[in-house]
Amino acid sequence: MSKTWIGKNVKRHEDPRLLTGRGTFVDDITLPNLYHAAILRSPHAHANILAIDASEALKYPGVVEVVTGEDVVQKTRPFSVVVKTPFKYYCAAVKKVRYVGEPVAVVVATDRYVAEDAAALVRVDYEPLPPVVDPEAALEPGAPILHEEVGNNISCHRLLDYGEVDRAFAEADLVLKERFVFPRYSSVPLETYAVIADYDSSSGVLTVWSNFMGPFTLHPVTAMALNIPENKLRFIIAKDIGGSFGIKSSIYPYIALIGLAAMKASRPVKWIEDRQEHLMASSSQTDRVSYREVAMRKDGTLLAIKTKIIDGVGAYLRAPEPATTFRPIGNYVGPYKVKNLRVDAYDMMTNKCPTGPNRGYGCHQIYFEQERMMDMAAEKLGLDPAEIRLRNFIPADAFPYVTPSGGIYDSGDYPKALKLALEMSQYEKLREEQKKARKEGRLFGIGIAVGVDPSVSNMGYITVAMPAEVRSQPEYLPKSGAVEAATVRMDPLGGVTVLMNSTPQGQGHETVVAQIIADELGVSPDDVVVVDDFDTSESPWSVSSGTYSSRFASVGTSAVVIAARKIKEKMFQIAAHTLKVSPQDLELGQGKIFVRQDPKRNISLKRVAGTAHWDLLRLPEGMEPGLEARGVFHFPMADAPDSKDRVNSSNTYGFMAEVAAVEVDRDSGQVKILKYISVHDAGTIINPKIVEGQIYGGALHGVAGALFEELVYDQEGQFLTGSFMDYLVPTAAEAPKLEIGHVCSPSPFTPLGSKGAGESSSETAPVLIANAVADALAPLGVKVTELPLTPKRVWALIHDSSSTEVGR
Amino acid sequence: MKPCNFDYFDPKTLEEVVVLMRQYGSDGKILAGGQSLVPLLNFRLAAPAALVDINKVKELDYVREVNGKLAIGALVRQRVLETSEAIRSKCGLLAETAEFIAHPQIRNRGTVVGSICHADPAAELPAIARALDAEMKVVGPDGERIIKAEDFFVTLMTTSMDPSELMVEVRLPTLGPRTGWAFEEFAIRHGDFAIVGVTAAVTLDEQKNCADARLAAIGVSEVPYRDSKVERLIMGQEISESLLDQAAHQMVEGVEPSTDLHASADQRKHLLRVLTKRALKKAAGRALKGFEKGRGKNA
Repeated sequence: MSKTWIGKNVKRHEDPRLLTGRGTFVDDITLPNLYHAAILRSPHAHANILAIDASEALKYPGVVEVVTGEDVVQKTRPFSVVVKTPFKYYCAAVKKVRYVGEPVAVVVATDRYVAEDAAALVRVDYEPLPPVVDPEAALEPGAPILHEEVGNNISCHRLLDYGEVDRAFAEADLVLKERFVFPRYSSVPLETYAVIADYDSSSGVLTVWSNFMGPFTLHPVTAMALNIPENKLRFIIAKDIGGSFGIKSSIYPYIALIGLAAMKASRPVKWIEDRQEHLMASSSQTDRVSYREVAMRKDGTLLAIKTKIIDGVGAYLRAPEPATTFRPIGNYVGPYKVKNLRVDAYDMMTNKCPTGPNRGYGCHQIYFEQERMMDMAAEKLGLDPAEIRLRNFIPADAFPYVTPSGGIYDSGDYPKALKLALEMSQYEKLREEQKKARKEGRLFGIGIAVGVDPSVSNMGYITVAMPAEVRSQPEYLPKSGAVEAATVRMDPLGGVTVLMNSTPQGQGHETVVAQIIADELGVSPDDVVVVDDFDTSESPWSVSSGTYSSRFASVGTSAVVIAARKIKEKMFQIAAHTLKVSPQDLELGQGKIFVRQDPKRNISLKRVAGTAHWDLLRLPEGMEPGLEARGVFHFPMADAPDSKDRVNSSNTYGFMAEVAAVEVDRDSGQVKILKYISVHDAGTIINPKIVEGQIYGGALHGVAGALFEELVYDQEGQFLTGSFMDYLVPTAAEAPKLEIGHVCSPSPFTPLGSKGAGESSSETAPVLIANAVADALAPLGVKVTELPLTPKRVWALIHDSSSTEVGR
Repeated sequence: MKPCNFDYFDPKTLEEVVVLMRQYGSDGKILAGGQSLVPLLNFRLAAPAALVDINKVKELDYVREVNGKLAIGALVRQRVLETSEAIRSKCGLLAETAEFIAHPQIRNRGTVVGSICHADPAAELPAIARALDAEMKVVGPDGERIIKAEDFFVTLMTTSMDPSELMVEVRLPTLGPRTGWAFEEFAIRHGDFAIVGVTAAVTLDEQKNCADARLAAIGVSEVPYRDSKVERLIMGQEISESLLDQAAHQMVEGVEPSTDLHASADQRKHLLRVLTKRALKKAAGRALKGFEKGRGKNA
């Protein structure tokens, strides 16, 4: 295959419709006789519901139905989750509320205005209870308990032990221990959650239009909660989704809730989440407290890592959680060749909104601890932060590399990538600049961060949340694999249509697929039509369907390649039959299949396609008519966790190496990013512009977590960041100028050598900036162990430090 | 996030507006740019029975110079502060401060008078109004009256206007060549409400001493903060580094800022000190430049 189109900045096929306002989002969909829902939410973090009186609301003109916890407990079941902890998570509060914003009632009315008016008329009598908001406090004896049936607030606890940790610590020259705090933040996609539900009582089919993004493991979870057979819960995903970044995985409890409302009201019901609801009660990553210890040799060799992590998963453990904790299990050691690792992981239920996937899922938290710790160790050992990393990298000739926790790193050249980043940043010059700045009393810092970027989640990794004894029981169904399918079709005139079911949320799948097809079948990308619709009743799908864990560039593209190659093979057979040669003698080019030795003997693709459709008796004997092929790709190394809890949690592993320079303003505490170098290894890049956009987005997302965004609750569990006045999303004005570099280590496990890149810098940017700020504040002798580094926090670090300043 | 029901009126004349406001009183609300009011409605933090939209009352859309004062009508958008030559030349402080007010999209809708009426303690325009002793022309059922800035701002988002009154104009002094001015602020993101902001205007006399000094700060109290003690400290003096330091320290004496999500009280006090000095220094520097230029011309 010649790479004419792969690697080119082909303009996005999606953009003309999106830029001219012709996208089709859920809110653009309407149905006859459509009604609208408003959700009444809990104002309390923790309270018993003594009574709900909806009579006034039901009398309000335009209101047709009110759904409360009583309907929920009668008609639905709690959502299932990987662990067997006996808490009950329903789609709305039943008898008790456990976080501010928890749905308490749904009002269905002729329009949203009326529904909101009436929601204010629903009377709820609460008996407030003491809340617990901090994950570490939730672990303490005597802490308020959210779920009486559990008896404590632990939803999941695992101690994972790899290698010989104690021995390594005993032999170490240096042991460091530090407490870190990583905040809750989200993604704030432009489009909020959106659901339309319509129940057909005659067939028993509940049809739901939404902007759900997968994984479709959550489809059976929703069907079971609604007491509906899986084949009678029809998910249709809107053609266009206005961003998600993981957040929309967690829409399914609302699908169940609005589905229930539609069933009870016997009418189609639309619910469009508003921004206030989104910030308060959609999803976010966990808030985490961790205690990390590292054992090192004098020369900077990292011998072992011990970490106790306490994740706050909110009021209920919501699938796919506790994946924040376990998704990066295979790449826990990052790019380092350390052999000994112990992870003591707690997932604590607290009186906050439940958590879920958020770009970087679990990685930015561990890299924050890891990369801060590498800097602290470098400082203690008198090593340059770049040097200590280079000394610990897995060498380029060690791939595929198996990590102590079971990850199978496909490819990489970590030293090369970091060296490129250092070179692009003019690292030595930056250090000179820093010396000068410090002499002038300025707080100038340089940060380095590296990270392994996992893509394509293995459907089995989450079962590591269960003890190995449970997983080994005969009745237990192990889980493994990661799959995607594509269908390629050539019409009678030679036009190519590709059917995908990938629920993209802005990643440009239509463009990327067209580029691959163009190279595989020798056509122009502009001539390829890509239809990316998702309908559980009509599309081929699996539990791993969806666009999450940066999977498309690895698994989706591979399915397209397989389907295209099947079509190509069939066309060669038809051409060979027509030209009376062997398929091995043929080649594809310029819209023709020709005999390699005698190009004048050829047949056009159009003619081959025509034959396949119109002249069936001229096909080789036994050949199926038509030109359509389905490609299915799955990763054979995505196995279930073994008895020692080792699991290849993802399937391809990219890499990023980043360098930043910042200056901190003493008076305001504000951090200004002066330089940001980002070097990536995503294997073969199909569309550089799209990847660049993803890197920009990921980096800014990480900068948001480093400097701006936090979902803040007070000690009473009241939510303080309910609007964009208080939840500060960086805008274009705050975006640093990014300089991007690439190294390319193609994955040996995918046909194109491609890996994911959509999350990448979101995993390293938080610690990159933290390391740079820590370096800037080093003369003050303060520690940076907590994000976000808002002006308020940094100002306190500067002005509350009692140390004597140097260099002023 | 949908507003409660309200009646909507879009009168064409001021007279009609007055009639409607008399009718609705505290149940009515004037809609001009809507940049603060509409979010309040959508959050259901405000639920007026009637909105009186003045966007069609074209007689309120003017910038005039009257008796040495700049008169800005109630329909003048904040964006005009940047584009109007009259404003730039007569009161450059307004023109230069406009860029701190949110984003162009918001300034295109938001009005100068609306921001003053809204009396957000972190907004820039109320501070300028307070520092320059602006006059607010308000019209109500009992006719027209002028409220001085010092009497106008009562507390958080509260003014001394009667609910049935409408502010139709703000009058600001024009700033002469020997007056220098500055607006210094710290906001977390570009266009955010200020954490702390300080505006200063300094006028020099023939001896290059300070003839008049005005200072107002935002983000440190419930209304724009002005301290005559600080101003008196500077007046009659030659501007010096130590005088500015003294003034900056004095400015902090009278404030008790609060701690919130985005800044601590101590941080606000520190910023007030730093920004006061910065604003005074810049204003004095500009006044001196104007003074030199004026003298050059005379010579």
